[in-house]
Amino acid sequence: MAIKDIYEAVLTYQVDRVRELVQAELDAGTNIQAILDDGLIGAMDEVGEKFSEGDLYVPEMLMSAKAMKGGLEVLKPHLSGEAIPSRGTVVIGTVKGDLHDIGKNLVAMMMEGAGLTVVDLGVDVAAEKFVQAIKDNNADVVALSALLTTTMPAMETTLKAVKEAGLSVKSIIGGAPVTVAFSKQIGADGHSDDAPGAVELIRQLIDK
Amino acid sequence: MIIIGELINASRQAIGDAIEARDAAAIQKVAEEQQAAGANFIDVNAGIFVDKEPEYLAWLVETVQAVVEGPCTIDSPSPKAIEAALAVHRGTPMINSISLEKERYENILPIVAGTDMKVIALCMSDEGMPETVDDRLKIADKLINGLLQNDVKIDNIFVDPLVQPLSVNHDFGMEFINAVEQIMQKFEGIHTACGLSNISYGLPERRFLNQTFMVMAITKGLDGAIVNPLDKKIMAHIIAAETLAGKDDYSMNFLQAFRAGKFEQ
Repeated sequence: MAIKDIYEAVLTYQVDRVRELVQAELDAGTNIQAILDDGLIGAMDEVGEKFSEGDLYVPEMLMSAKAMKGGLEVLKPHLSGEAIPSRGTVVIGTVKGDLHDIGKNLVAMMMEGAGLTVVDLGVDVAAEKFVQAIKDNNADVVALSALLTTTMPAMETTLKAVKEAGLSVKSIIGGAPVTVAFSKQIGADGHSDDAPGAVELIRQLIDK
Repeated sequence: MIIIGELINASRQAIGDAIEARDAAAIQKVAEEQQAAGANFIDVNAGIFVDKEPEYLAWLVETVQAVVEGPCTIDSPSPKAIEAALAVHRGTPMINSISLEKERYENILPIVAGTDMKVIALCMSDEGMPETVDDRLKIADKLINGLLQNDVKIDNIFVDPLVQPLSVNHDFGMEFINAVEQIMQKFEGIHTACGLSNISYGLPERRFLNQTFMVMAITKGLDGAIVNPLDKKIMAHIIAAETLAGKDDYSMNFLQAFRAGKFEQ
């Protein structure tokens, strides 16, 4: 029995086994931070890498995230008492006028897998709603999604509103039609083509 | 089967560049190739050029119709762009698309009302993307009735039940397929049409999944497809599936396609 087994169980999509193993480590008094970092989050990092390299596919990423989440649920009651530093809070949503949520959900899921606190506002989210959620949650990063060329301008509107509200939050954008050039043009802090890339980007931006 | 050739879309780099450079020959080549490969409608989309979309869309229609007999599918949510394209279009086009999203519905309905244009009715509403057969049927029902009440003939309506990726929910394939079946049964004389490559998002061997899914949808009554007609394999599968589904008297279409070399890979 070792943390390595938790890592392996996440990578082989075994939800029940991850839960059992995490419980066993807790019972044995293993450091919670180590279970989280070296077991659960470490495994999701490898999943992310393999996905970005094209060795894993979306259903496999979903299955491993499900397994990771199972372990996290077992850990959760023990997390609050410990001095686990926050890895950062992200407010995420699909911009106004756009109802597509699949890409956004994948990104949110990988962020959770990386131990970030994720506030998911859903789809068709107005700029003011992003601003309010950033304030309410004291977010480090706001992540905007759009799948349509026709709703890309709403990303710009949203970022403008965030800036006008004087919030010092970092911003990232993504979605099929989003390009580096567009990201620069509207003054976002970064853009990613896939979910693991978005996690990496956030880590660089907030450096916690 | 109504084939809508999807290649003249500005979000494809080569087409976007050709539009900006006003390279008529490049556009016309893609239009002619699609028609020769069996496209009944040539889809035109200039969506990435937000401000110039009306001007570019009209240019695309004129450019395509200078070499192609058939009609275009005018692919835009913008009434301004559609009106500009309609002003120069010859014959009876198809509008891609109306949906139940309030703004889109109110924008597109007056354009197609009382005309003989064909229209794709996308099963999407302000409540989000449909997931189940029932979600789709509810939206389709409202769209179809709204169009009929505004003097659009049922034969001109192509319902797109909206394909969602299988990779995030293993039920998404059959929820779509069963929606096709029910729409075709419930509304006599209606058509269904869609692009279905979204089914394979997040999976490898996408073409293989797309082809198989196309065949499955055809057995349930799908009679319109937004595809790349230059993809010989998918076109061969469409022809074979229609013959097998009993839509090809004496297998005439299949034999004609065989003699035209459409099954040589």
